Amino acid sequence: MSPESPSSGGAITRDEVAHLARLARLAVTDDELGVFAGQLDVILGAVARVGEVAADDIPPTSHSVPLENVFRPDELRPSLTQEQALSGAPAAEDGRFRVPQILGEEQ
Amino acid sequence: MTAPTLVDFDDVVDRYDPVLGLEVHVELSTNTKMFCGCPTAFGAEPNTQVCPTCLGLPGALPVVNRTAVESAIRIGLALNCDIAPWGRFARKNYFYPDMPKNFQTSQYDEPIAVNGHLDVTLEDGTVVRVEIERAHMEEDTGKSLHVGGATGRIHGAEYSLLDYNRAGVPLIEIVTKMIPDTGGRAPEVARAYVTALRDLIRSLGVSDVRMDQGSMRCDVNLSLSPKGSGILGTRSETKNVNSLRSVERAVRYEMSRHAGVLDAGEKVVQETRHFQEDTATTRSGRIKETSEDYRYFPEPDLVPIAPSAEWVEELRGTLPELPWERRARIQQEWNLSDAELRDLVNADALDLVAATVDAGAPSGDARSWWVSYLSQQANTRGVTLDALPITPAQLARVIELVTTGELNNKLARQVVDGVLEGEGEPDEVVAKRGLAVVSDDGALIAAVDEALAAQPDVAEKIRGGKVAAAGAIVGAVMKATKGQADAKRVRELIIERCGA
Repeated sequence: MSPESPSSGGAITRDEVAHLARLARLAVTDDELGVFAGQLDVILGAVARVGEVAADDIPPTSHSVPLENVFRPDELRPSLTQEQALSGAPAAEDGRFRVPQILGEEQ
Repeated sequence: MTAPTLVDFDDVVDRYDPVLGLEVHVELSTNTKMFCGCPTAFGAEPNTQVCPTCLGLPGALPVVNRTAVESAIRIGLALNCDIAPWGRFARKNYFYPDMPKNFQTSQYDEPIAVNGHLDVTLEDGTVVRVEIERAHMEEDTGKSLHVGGATGRIHGAEYSLLDYNRAGVPLIEIVTKMIPDTGGRAPEVARAYVTALRDLIRSLGVSDVRMDQGSMRCDVNLSLSPKGSGILGTRSETKNVNSLRSVERAVRYEMSRHAGVLDAGEKVVQETRHFQEDTATTRSGRIKETSEDYRYFPEPDLVPIAPSAEWVEELRGTLPELPWERRARIQQEWNLSDAELRDLVNADALDLVAATVDAGAPSGDARSWWVSYLSQQANTRGVTLDALPITPAQLARVIELVTTGELNNKLARQVVDGVLEGEGEPDEVVAKRGLAVVSDDGALIAAVDEALAAQPDVAEKIRGGKVAAAGAIVGAVMKATKGQADAKRVRELIIERCGA
């Protein structure tokens, strides 16, 4: 594997790692930002080599098995009971999953 | 937070061109969810319509609901869209507990329907063509309940409670292209579009399209461009717009607010805003994540959907008479002028009148009841016409009772009032309130004689041949019988009794 960074896009910055970590809700220390930036660079470099052999007429593969149109009929199947549904939840209240405070976002 | 500066609407329109965009989510009324066999019924006990798939439990695999795909294609066809011959689902990744999977399964760059249009008729008859960019399939999210804090809002809440019954219910999102050049009519165009879309989808029978229950929801995108500049402004996306009236009000408010920001030389922030039903204003929500932040990628657990041309044509054959076709037919059948048809449509009474006619009433009577008396009643009660507690069949029965002479118009209104008050079927109200027209001659003759005796001078005139004077006696008899007498018969009897 080439130690050099991928030719496309350039090196991953610490800011980009911090942004991705925030989106993934991962707490990453300042030291780790540098470590992950280097590691991600290597991974992207490896993936970028695929682009060197794949021509424009070769679409990226999303499914390795050539299947299309797998459907089910619109027929009811048994659901879980409320007790079963909540049985694995760390906390529940009034038949609902209880989750910690959701900060800073609203949907 | 300081209150935004609002610019007078007419002033906004003088100096800016609004650019509208509308995103409408429609919950399909399939029996089961998009990717699993759980029921979709509204209002069940929390977390009783869930399974490992829609709870995102490890190892569970989704399978696409064929009927939901058919509904999506039929919506696309009705909107004059092209149906994509091949497309994949994608994962929209975000952390928020309304989806237990931590992603929503949606369609991203390969929507099932693209490039359509819907012609929308405004109140004065002007037709605006709204271009449709895409309609795509996705799944609904669960419902959150924020506990603690003063307002039930998320800020200040101590924790949240999640019900996943709705998570995974099939949704179709219909996105317009930018709608330019609507000027001061932008609020009306927005409302008319959502109304037309609702009517269209209702006619397809694929959704309840009840905005009050959330089975149809609208996001309003708006930006302003300095008049004639052609420079696009930054848009805001207003969510939580849950009635047709609110669609109109949200556009109006955002136009005034954007103009206030721009007039102050500031920049409009690209953000999600929430419509406040009580004040008809919008409140800032989160700063919008860019689509890169959702890290979309093709859903590996679902195979591509490739509708064959034969399947699409077969579905095209299942399209019912669409609203505009139906309106044209009804206008001809009922012999309505353009204005009469528009009044009916604007009063949201077309379906109700049609159902009343189907139940046996003449169209003229049915129209007049729904457009005038019942519209007033709905207005007084602050509900939509179709929410009034009277069915077309019940109204048709009242109309029948008038036609057969058992009720007069005044009594008929009392019967309708009784039905609206929950007193039962029209015939029960007639019986309970004793409202039948009195045409029993015995009872009427007694009342006529009494009235003649009470007004001897009038009686004398009638006897002398002044038949026109009978009006006063008719009035007295009607009063004595509390309006229940058949006025025509009363007049005949008066003349008979006076030998005139």
